[in-house]
Amino acid sequence: MIVADKKPIEEIIEELGTHEKILILGCNECVTVCEAGGKKEVGILASALRMYFLNQKRDVKIDEETLQRQCDHEYLEEIRDRVDRYDAIVSLACGVGVQFAAEKYFSTPVYPGVNTCFMGATEERGLWTERCQGCGQCILARTGGICPVSRCAKRVLNGPCGGSTDGKCEINKEIICAWQLIIERLKALDRLDDYEALSPLKDWSTDRAGGPRKVVREDVQP
Amino acid sequence: MRLSYPTSIKIIRVPCTGKVDILHILRAFEKGADGVYAVGCMEGDCHYTSGNFRARKRIEQAKALLDTVGVGGERVEMFNLASSEGPLFAKIATEFVQKISDLGPNPIKLNKKHAA
Repeated sequence: MIVADKKPIEEIIEELGTHEKILILGCNECVTVCEAGGKKEVGILASALRMYFLNQKRDVKIDEETLQRQCDHEYLEEIRDRVDRYDAIVSLACGVGVQFAAEKYFSTPVYPGVNTCFMGATEERGLWTERCQGCGQCILARTGGICPVSRCAKRVLNGPCGGSTDGKCEINKEIICAWQLIIERLKALDRLDDYEALSPLKDWSTDRAGGPRKVVREDVQP
Repeated sequence: MRLSYPTSIKIIRVPCTGKVDILHILRAFEKGADGVYAVGCMEGDCHYTSGNFRARKRIEQAKALLDTVGVGGERVEMFNLASSEGPLFAKIATEFVQKISDLGPNPIKLNKKHAA
């Protein structure tokens, strides 16, 4: 899932400036799971903002709404009939949702309410770690299911670099060397031969190097 | 024991302080409460293992948030005591009410009146 983190409320207040009718828009998907932008976080932010503006003696109307998703037309359309009542939206969805809402409601300013971080997994409650960078050419089949693109600081593809010490990365002793994990896993799978095989040059044009990307699937297009 | 404590306190019963959510606390202030405190079991004595620790964390979060929005984090507290400690319950209630009285009314409430 996409992992996001809370944005400091002071920053959101600053973004909002002098708006007087604000909709706090949550998302029921990834940001709900990582407890940054779901219905509950919408409630907390809305309540805090209401108190803040009242304290400033400002009459600001703050409403709350949480959509199933903000990255699909049909869910974002659900607020079309009432979006004109607001002069700003704070979207607690990931950066995708914020942008999609902004594209759909062109004349309404949409502000981000979270910091979108990465694609990752919930290791435990309150701890999310990166697992995928969406490089567009998945190599997990030959790296024992552990991704050197997202989990190695240097994204090296043929074994650990010289900075790997005692299975830890040189940038931080708390980060496990991805290649250490890969070798251990390949050993457990009795597939160390995969480690011996040289990785060909990776085509980074499907990564961000090729600019903004898109997936076209004519087979499912209407 | 026939102990008395200030009548300005409204007790909201929950099955465990672990049920207390930050939203409950914020809504109380939005609705005009001058102070909120949670009374949980002694640390290590939670029937559900960690309910009172969870509550304490949420109280800390609420404190930080209330400080940010200008209501004042000192209006929220968490206390731990056993169910047999009636006199301590009354003492805490009296002291907390005194503390909140000294702080004065919730600024939100005052401004709501102005707005109305």
